[in-house]
Amino acid sequence: MLIIKNLHAEVEEKPILKGIDLTVKAGEVHAIMGPNGSGKSSLASVLAGRENYMVSQGEVTFQGKNLLEMDPEIRAREGLFLAFQYPIEIPGVSNVNFLKTALSEIRAYKNLPPLDAKEFLKLSREKQKLVEFDAQLVNRSLNEGFSGGEKKRNEIFQLAMLEPVLSILDETDSGLDIDALRIVSKGVNKLRSDKNAFIIITHYQRLLEYIVPDFVHVLYNGRIVRSGTKELALELEEKGYDWLKEEAREQEATINA
Amino acid sequence: MGNDNEIIDNLANKEYEFGFVTDIEMDILPAGLNEDTIRYISEKKKEPEWLLEWRLKGFQAFGKMKLPEWQNFTLPSIDFQKISYYAAPRNKKKYNSLDEVDPELLATFEKLGIPLSEQKALAGVAVDAVFDSISVATTYKEKLKELGIIFCSFGEAVQEHPELVRKYVGSVVPHSDNIFAALNAAVFSDGSFVYIPKVVRCPMELSTYFRINTENTGQFERTLIIADEGSYVSYLEGCTAPMRDENQLHAAVVELIALENAEIKYSTVQNWYPGDKNGKGGIYNFVTKRGICKGAHAKISWTQVETGSAITWKYPSVILQGDHSTGEFYSVAVTRNKQIADTGTKMHHIGRATRSRIISKGISAGEGQNSYRGLVQVGSKADGARNFTQCDSLLIGDRCGAHTFPYIESKNNTAIVEHEATTSKIGEDQIFYLNQRGIDTEKAVALIINGYAREVLNQLPMEFAVEAQKLLSITLEGSVG
Repeated sequence: MLIIKNLHAEVEEKPILKGIDLTVKAGEVHAIMGPNGSGKSSLASVLAGRENYMVSQGEVTFQGKNLLEMDPEIRAREGLFLAFQYPIEIPGVSNVNFLKTALSEIRAYKNLPPLDAKEFLKLSREKQKLVEFDAQLVNRSLNEGFSGGEKKRNEIFQLAMLEPVLSILDETDSGLDIDALRIVSKGVNKLRSDKNAFIIITHYQRLLEYIVPDFVHVLYNGRIVRSGTKELALELEEKGYDWLKEEAREQEATINA
Repeated sequence: MGNDNEIIDNLANKEYEFGFVTDIEMDILPAGLNEDTIRYISEKKKEPEWLLEWRLKGFQAFGKMKLPEWQNFTLPSIDFQKISYYAAPRNKKKYNSLDEVDPELLATFEKLGIPLSEQKALAGVAVDAVFDSISVATTYKEKLKELGIIFCSFGEAVQEHPELVRKYVGSVVPHSDNIFAALNAAVFSDGSFVYIPKVVRCPMELSTYFRINTENTGQFERTLIIADEGSYVSYLEGCTAPMRDENQLHAAVVELIALENAEIKYSTVQNWYPGDKNGKGGIYNFVTKRGICKGAHAKISWTQVETGSAITWKYPSVILQGDHSTGEFYSVAVTRNKQIADTGTKMHHIGRATRSRIISKGISAGEGQNSYRGLVQVGSKADGARNFTQCDSLLIGDRCGAHTFPYIESKNNTAIVEHEATTSKIGEDQIFYLNQRGIDTEKAVALIINGYAREVLNQLPMEFAVEAQKLLSITLEGSVG
């Protein structure tokens, strides 16, 4: 589904990704962990096509197509979804109206007619229930005055509505209390299927107790320094990142020598 | 929404879609302004002596006044002698029915989306259509008449209801109010007249559609709306003009009178030709609009969506004379390219426990300049007066400007006056967020703008809210990215 090869990227000429290789297949859940500033969120931004991120090397193939050539909205219509770390507020734009527009655009891209009001309402109710999203929030302005937790839950609700093939969750667990975390995870687990895939970016092992990943990768200094299964997350929880940082530094020293 | 977007798509890429000219035989008075011009207009309209005298007083006042200098833009020089002050479709006597109206004229309004035949007309909206200086047709007149509502052209009102016109014309905006109001008093050619009798709730939206067509003419219409005790009316004004390289002057006057317990809701969707992207051509929209809440518990509400004109310069105001009366002003003003808007409101609190609410939303793009100018005045007898003002500016790009000039004068220490102001930019983050959900940048901007203006758009009657939403999206087409 997604093949990343030797991806290098920079922001304002400062390198932030320094050769990422990653393959994600349908049905898989990949967790990406790593200390602050290691490039986790940057990877998400690059994949989603944020403007100020310059790809300097490498390639990304998404369902057989060159992802890097696509505008952000095309990536979205092709089925890539980013659950934002800091979802933005758009005053006066109702959540419903926004979702209807988004869904119509995505459907139009696939040559499908827009859902009529009744069908949309039905779908919306179904998904609200699935991810336990408050009906009142659906009718409010997009994220305006939402608490941190409500914003994150809105991201998952949107994910449920738009049914992407690849979802990237950028620190969706940060700012969530334990109940909200459980609800969000439950939602994601229900949405998992053998046709879609998830990349979950997180600091903490805690989320991975609820959403069990098939693979765990540790990102440090713009590179994946270690990959493993869910046991790796447990190891990190126990030992922290320092031993990996140390290893990475030694590796680099050998390369540079 | 999908449907809305389609409409927006269809209308996209049209710079200004109302820029066509109707080829029709016109009676046009040669350019120039003197007493004879005024006598000619008055005679042409078979006006009574008192009205001619009033016009002449207006002309005298005009002669003594200078163009103001306090505005936040450079006022281009206007040669008042180069304007023609009267243009009317030829052969116009009095139409007894729409069948007698020149088909070319009907087609023009049809093209503008204002069908004048009642079968095709928007349900629930009565329209008075003004072409250049002259009202050409008023729909649903008979139906309204049954309720005692008078809705006709100003000229007709002068003939048929002279006592009402004489009593109220100039009572809110005097003939010497300001230089453009004085000019209007002198040369106004037509406009709309509305009278709602006591305790009648007008069952449909009343609407005037203004169209400037002829070159080198000014448009000087005058609207007078009187809501008698306990009555209610919602009134809407729309306007367009052909694309021309020279500037044209539009100096209208609107007077609203709300008696005890009456309510007038006045909405404007202004889409005069704004000039091209280099600032050539366009309408100078210098309009005086004022209402008075004469009786207790009266209410006047102005809503305006201003997207057109090279320069928009107007302050729809309310004199809150009656105790417990309410004044409201809701405005969205968009400027792009080289457009200028200096607009806002004045709320004069005279009566006790009077309330006013001002919501102003400016949107500037390109090199557009947008100024909010407002005055909240509380008199010594206005115990317990209350005002709330919210004044927001949205900037698109970095070559535009937003300016705020709020004035507050309070002579009563029991009054509460609040002012809030914000300035924001459409953030790249907001656009990227919407992009990431499959929405392209143009549509993202349209969504954000309409969200920003929603509080004001919500005040518009349904049919027009949709129109206004589309207009906003189209106006800002191509402003971002």
